[in-house]
Amino acid sequence: MRTSFGKPSPPSEDRRWKIIGATMRRHGYQPHALIETLHTVQESFGFVGEDAFHYVADSLRIPLSHVYGVATFYHFFNLKPQGEHTCVVCTGTACYIKGASLILQAIEDEYGIKPGETSDDGKLSVLTARCIGACGIAPAVVFDGEIVGGVSATDAVNRIRRCLQK
Amino acid sequence: MNPSIRVKTFKIDDRDVSAREDETILAVARQNGIFIPSLCYMDGLTPIGACRLCMVEIKGSTKLFASCVTRVEEGIEVITNSKRLQKYRLRILEFLFSERNHICSVCVSNGHCELQSMADQLGLTHVRVPYRYPIQPVDATHERFVVDHNRCILCARCVRVCDEIEGAHTWDIMGRGVEARVITDLNKPWGESESCTNCSKCVHVCPTGALSEKGKSTAEMKKKQQFLPYLTWIREGRT
Repeated sequence: MRTSFGKPSPPSEDRRWKIIGATMRRHGYQPHALIETLHTVQESFGFVGEDAFHYVADSLRIPLSHVYGVATFYHFFNLKPQGEHTCVVCTGTACYIKGASLILQAIEDEYGIKPGETSDDGKLSVLTARCIGACGIAPAVVFDGEIVGGVSATDAVNRIRRCLQK
Repeated sequence: MNPSIRVKTFKIDDRDVSAREDETILAVARQNGIFIPSLCYMDGLTPIGACRLCMVEIKGSTKLFASCVTRVEEGIEVITNSKRLQKYRLRILEFLFSERNHICSVCVSNGHCELQSMADQLGLTHVRVPYRYPIQPVDATHERFVVDHNRCILCARCVRVCDEIEGAHTWDIMGRGVEARVITDLNKPWGESESCTNCSKCVHVCPTGALSEKGKSTAEMKKKQQFLPYLTWIREGRT
């Protein structure tokens, strides 16, 4: 929460804060630039951390709880750092019917992590998405940004193993 | 009165009423002593049409309208009570009761809870959907108040009173759907909130036992809401 007058300064010397500052400046520090700014934060850091919440809220003149509410409303924003590798399982209607839950179960059995969690060694994050728009190739899974269709539970585990070996 | 604001005449339950064009159906009904159930609506706060209890029918339309956010129109005929509306209202209450753990007998607001009295008034005798019994936290970190998420119906009165009247906006709602929850600041314990001014407005506008004062018994925990019309009235006089 803002406790002094004047322009808020970035949380650290990290150059990535400059990019976030630029996004806010481009929108004239208007409160409606919130989602756009959160996008930039996520692109730059991979997640929206507490220091980012404070910096963005103070710069755009938005209450902290409101910023937090917006960030948690959209599944897109991660509030914790993600693992080195990510695996996004689509749980939209088509993928769900084609067995997305079996894929998630297989991953949980193999690596012990549920959707939204990151493995203890910080190597792998498992996420879900409500329809990634690839219903034709259901069930679809995104491994490190690469969309793969028609994935079986064993396929998924094998692919993750390959990703982790890279 | 601003002369550019026109007056509209229309009917509520076959009674002729007139109102300024910027008024809502619910406000006009209340002025005329016509009862429309509501939970999230509160005089003095911006209506948000969240609870859907105040839905009414308008003749000529199959749609239902949340009367707290629907402006009056010339010549409309509003129906505030029908078989269909009763059915929907009861269903909404059933969902509210089954969504969290509303156990009246052990609630600090037993006997002066708006959810409880609304259920009583609308004749809710039983809940036909299974209870969810979610595990919800209770935050008693604040030195004077407690937030019990088991009793929260997400009416957002606390959010609005904190933002609009107190001006602190300590409260907001995080998440969505069944996972939505009221939060203070960055979802931190209330006691650690830096923006909270300990004014207790949120506690007193809360319709249920979700927000209460510490150390108060059921008999003592009556909500005092007189500050809201007073502050609104004083502020209107200043502009």
